[in-house]
Amino acid sequence: MSKINIKIEGVPYQVEEGLTILEAAKQCGYEIPSLCAFNHGECSLASCRVCLVEATGARGLVASCVYPVAEGMEITISSPKATAARRVSVELLLSNHNRNCQECDKNGKCELLHVAKITGAKEDAFAGEKTPATFDALTPTIKRDTSKCVLCGRCIERCKNAHGIGILGFENRGFKTIVAPAENRSFINSPCIMCGQCINVCPTGALMEVSEIEKVDAAMKAGKYVVVQTAPAVRAALGEEFGMPVGTPVTGKMVAALRRLGFKKVFDTDFGADLTIMEEAAELLSRIKNGGTLPMITSCSPGWVNYAEYYYPDQLDHLSSCKSPHEMFGAILKNYYAQKVGVNPEDMYVVSIMPCSCKKYEKGRPEMESNGYRDVDAVLTTRELAKLIKRSGIKFNKLPDEDYDTDIVHDYSGAGVIFGVTGGVMEAALRTAYFALTGKEREGVVFKEVRGFESIREAEFDLNGQKIKVAVTSGMKGAKVLLDQIRAGKSPYTFIEIMGCPGGCINGGGQPYVREVFLPDEADDIMDTYVAKRANALYSEDERQTVRQSHNNPQIKALYEEFLGEPNSHKAHELLHTTYNKNRERFN
Amino acid sequence: MAHLSEAAVKQINEIIDRYVNENTPLMMILSDIQKEFGYIPLEVQELVSERTGIPVAEIYGVVTFYSFFSLQPKGKYVIGCCLGTACYVKGAQQVIDKFSELLGINPGETTKDGLFTIDALRCIGACGIAPAVSINGKVYPKVAVSAVKGIIDEYKALGGVN
Repeated sequence: MSKINIKIEGVPYQVEEGLTILEAAKQCGYEIPSLCAFNHGECSLASCRVCLVEATGARGLVASCVYPVAEGMEITISSPKATAARRVSVELLLSNHNRNCQECDKNGKCELLHVAKITGAKEDAFAGEKTPATFDALTPTIKRDTSKCVLCGRCIERCKNAHGIGILGFENRGFKTIVAPAENRSFINSPCIMCGQCINVCPTGALMEVSEIEKVDAAMKAGKYVVVQTAPAVRAALGEEFGMPVGTPVTGKMVAALRRLGFKKVFDTDFGADLTIMEEAAELLSRIKNGGTLPMITSCSPGWVNYAEYYYPDQLDHLSSCKSPHEMFGAILKNYYAQKVGVNPEDMYVVSIMPCSCKKYEKGRPEMESNGYRDVDAVLTTRELAKLIKRSGIKFNKLPDEDYDTDIVHDYSGAGVIFGVTGGVMEAALRTAYFALTGKEREGVVFKEVRGFESIREAEFDLNGQKIKVAVTSGMKGAKVLLDQIRAGKSPYTFIEIMGCPGGCINGGGQPYVREVFLPDEADDIMDTYVAKRANALYSEDERQTVRQSHNNPQIKALYEEFLGEPNSHKAHELLHTTYNKNRERFN
Repeated sequence: MAHLSEAAVKQINEIIDRYVNENTPLMMILSDIQKEFGYIPLEVQELVSERTGIPVAEIYGVVTFYSFFSLQPKGKYVIGCCLGTACYVKGAQQVIDKFSELLGINPGETTKDGLFTIDALRCIGACGIAPAVSINGKVYPKVAVSAVKGIIDEYKALGGVN
């Protein structure tokens, strides 16, 4: 694209034609305060009017997030007129905002407070009536508080962009406008898949996860035997909450922190992931051999399972019957490990640290219990774990690196680690399926064809003469394409991996918020690179593992020998497999 | 779609079919449905969503944005009181209040017998005859508060007769 000449604050620059003033200024090293604009125009409604600047050739002040640069344009950010206008914009937003900031969960990561600080906005410059508010906390995952909403529309756009769903929309008009599911219903009465992507993009505390910190506190206080497991993607992002560069793996410090928080045992969900692979690979091979329903689709992501139940109830036979890794692990902890270590399973309380808000919903599904014990009792997101660590006074960055508890359910393979990235479950399953079909390990462990972040990736593998065509997607837009193919009887695939969130769990609805303004030290444009950086943290841990295939995890082998028998055995089915509900009410 | 009759579904589908080649058909579809049925309940919005691929939340947003669209069935006679600037300064507020008082309903509501709905309108472009009231397309000029009862009686006399 051709370059044009502009001036910002009197300094000449050359920038690409077609950029907005906001983007051009960013490239030239300026941060124009902005609020509703997000992720290079993913949301560009220009509704908040916080990014007003003066630009020659324009009438009056312009919203820099949508106004394009032009040859010879002179842009002034700091003129008295522009600074005053930006301040008033923020003051008007504050006038209709529930300002109980000190008790707001978004405190510290609130973009409204950030621009208020920068623009010098006064808290009650405009006193008056407020829009009648709705507070919805009926789902176990997402709560919506319209008194904190600034009507930026990011959540609306994200739901449509990532999933093609569009649960949220603007409702009513003028002063009464709110963002809500149709009829201002609760999320629970809408076909929301509860992925939490809307939480991740919300600039304020209007959309938040439902916290379970108090539940965990209560279990500790009640003297329960509280154990914790951590999902792979958590270690790739938790460091961000403590000022570390994006993509810093913090496995050791995370384990050390959890131990200091009083958990009796600190386990890795990757053990559960290895178990999932044993079951899922066996299920796939059995479906291929016995003419079962193909393609088989992974079932680790509860957001994806919700989507399938709501939108493709006629295709649920394609889903693997495997529970997700943390549920499998929970079932093993309460029905095997507890007996082994002499703890009454009723006293055991399993907490999962997850990158995901939807796991909070999943753990409460009626299917997720075995022998009367809930597989998992509480789910905390990566963000909640960071809060817990900060609350307890632990200096995370100074912690020593510690290892997970050495125990009979302690080992994990590199295959389990990469579950957190889109394509990871597929790759882990292929590593084990290859061995099962050929009787030997594949040369070069990595299946690089299924890695990457394109919406839909496909590959074909020859497993001992058995041709397997696979597809990987994340985000429901891609899922819709693949499911429509299946519905039409035209799917060429044997095995499909689907993750709810774009990029997989590393970009899950419970992960730390990624905002350029709160990460000033990142060298590149962090909105473009954070998913890949977090993914690399997991791929590098895979490379460091000596055992990189689930079936080579010695403790998994022992678990089968001693307790489960073989993959897909009767006992395995009882504890590790689930069913789906094709009669979920579709609402709208 | 539980509450929609087969005939209604057929009619709505026909309306949607008229605009299959449009890039942005939503306003036209909703406008036709409003004209045909007098209101656009959520079940109908769901049907439109299913056919057009536009999320229900977005359709609901459009329906609640424009006062022309209604979520509730309207009465046989829709009393549109203009509250535009000119009508307002000529006493339109008192006129609409009088309609409310005599019919026992607020603007936007419908009487129990289904005969009357009161709508507060933005400027209808009849500023020269302010305050103006429009009932089912018939415009009453320079409506005085004292004339309100007579207007209501006129329609009550017509009653439910078509």
